[in-house]
Amino acid sequence: MAVSRTKASRAQLFALSAAGFASLFALWSAVAASGWVAPQFLPPPWAVAERFAFLLSHPFAGYTIEQHLVSSIGRFLMGFGLAAAIGVPLGLAMGWFRWLDEVVSPLFEAVRFVAPIAWVPFAALWFGTGIGGPTLVIFMGAFPPALVNSYRGARFVEPRLIEAAQTLGAGSWRVIAQVLLPASVPSIVAGLRISAGLGWQSLVGAELIVASSGIGYLMVKGQSNMSSAIVMSGMIAIGIVGFAIDIALRRVEAAIHARRGL
Amino acid sequence: MSEIVFANVSRAFRRDGRDFPALESIDLTVGEREFVAIVGPSGCGKTTCLRMVAGLEFPTSGEVTVGGAAVRGPGPERAVVFQQFALFPWKSVAENIEFGLKAKGVEAAARRATIAGFVELMGLQGYESAFPHQLSGGMQQRVAIARAYALDPAVLLMDEPFGALDAQTRSVMQEELVKLARRNPRTVLFITHAVEEAVYLADRVVVMTRRPGRIREIIDVGRVRREEGWDRLERIEEVMDQPSFVHLRTHIWKSLREQQQTNGQSNQGGEQ
Repeated sequence: MAVSRTKASRAQLFALSAAGFASLFALWSAVAASGWVAPQFLPPPWAVAERFAFLLSHPFAGYTIEQHLVSSIGRFLMGFGLAAAIGVPLGLAMGWFRWLDEVVSPLFEAVRFVAPIAWVPFAALWFGTGIGGPTLVIFMGAFPPALVNSYRGARFVEPRLIEAAQTLGAGSWRVIAQVLLPASVPSIVAGLRISAGLGWQSLVGAELIVASSGIGYLMVKGQSNMSSAIVMSGMIAIGIVGFAIDIALRRVEAAIHARRGL
Repeated sequence: MSEIVFANVSRAFRRDGRDFPALESIDLTVGEREFVAIVGPSGCGKTTCLRMVAGLEFPTSGEVTVGGAAVRGPGPERAVVFQQFALFPWKSVAENIEFGLKAKGVEAAARRATIAGFVELMGLQGYESAFPHQLSGGMQQRVAIARAYALDPAVLLMDEPFGALDAQTRSVMQEELVKLARRNPRTVLFITHAVEEAVYLADRVVVMTRRPGRIREIIDVGRVRREEGWDRLERIEEVMDQPSFVHLRTHIWKSLREQQQTNGQSNQGGEQ
């Protein structure tokens, strides 16, 4: 089928995506139904769907799946919000003040390679297993892209716009807030999309280890109950919410581009 | 006091550990409320002259002063109109004009009045809430001129402001700038490579040599304009038809051409 990247219609693209999903489910169903793999190891899709529906109305590990999700999303918003609230202004300021760049960059480069999940022991030690610990872990995941993209955005602002602002009497702070920030918005939003993805992934990882509620916690409890269907329900919930977060941020991105006439 | 003085100004650029002179021994005074245009071949450093007055670049030796004080950095009393407009793409027309007024700390009511005044003066009515990308090049440059004028600057620096416009729009903008400059005189330094534009607009035209830029000649166009009564004429093409205008234009053209030829000869063995 000759569907080029440029010419494919929306309907064609949708059909292709649907075909991808359908093949995965067909393969999964076939393997599960064949009896080659025991249901404890790979439950069939319908068993997972049934379990998922059951978890919507019946508490497991203390809460229903929606309640676990609300708890996870709350932590996510805390950690992601914090990463954005610190990373974006700091990145912009580093793009403007050379000395700040020199102070922060080496520290940042050193810490950046420590995987968010490696912070779990300290996160639990310092902030506990309630909201604080997981929030720190997601912060460590979401922070680097937020910082790096605003820094890059600020560094690559067209010099003539900065010069125009300066000749109109703007000082450093006005240049940062009124020129670097708006000019970097596309780059910042692209960074926040990556931040949100990494943060959401780190969060679930953190909840597997430290938490007393949340979707990761539900999965750990499912595992200790030997219920693969519960673990898979958790995975599906993670996928759906992650996808929804990305779509929401993509909408924001598209709206900004449209407003700028890009 | 807004007199611009270049006192023995030189500017060199460093590249690969070597100094390349861009401007050499520039001595020039732009008087209070005088309109001076600098013409010269591209790469002669004329834009560098303007940027040094704006405080965006600094002389390697010598000094640039405005109103008697050495230029230390950019400031709103020396507004700049850039060739590529440099409008903030995320701000509307009104917000672009408002930017400098806000930085200056002008009250909201006064800002609105000033914006309305310049919107009318520059013929931008109905476009106040449009974004730059929705406007033609000519309209965008009107906004940039309004944005600069709104600050009531003592000095106006214009770097090939009409260079990116088509010929018709350019003529209209030139006529409007003349009207604006007569009604609202400022000390203006105007950079262009278009000889006719310089002769039409300026009181004095500075002709520069090819790199390294030096002042070759300064022509007092204002005297000819007054004697020949160009200001009586409404339209730019009528002015450009005057024998006195043609004479001046041809004189400057020759001045630019001659140095190009002599440069061409001396460059045979000279450059690289």
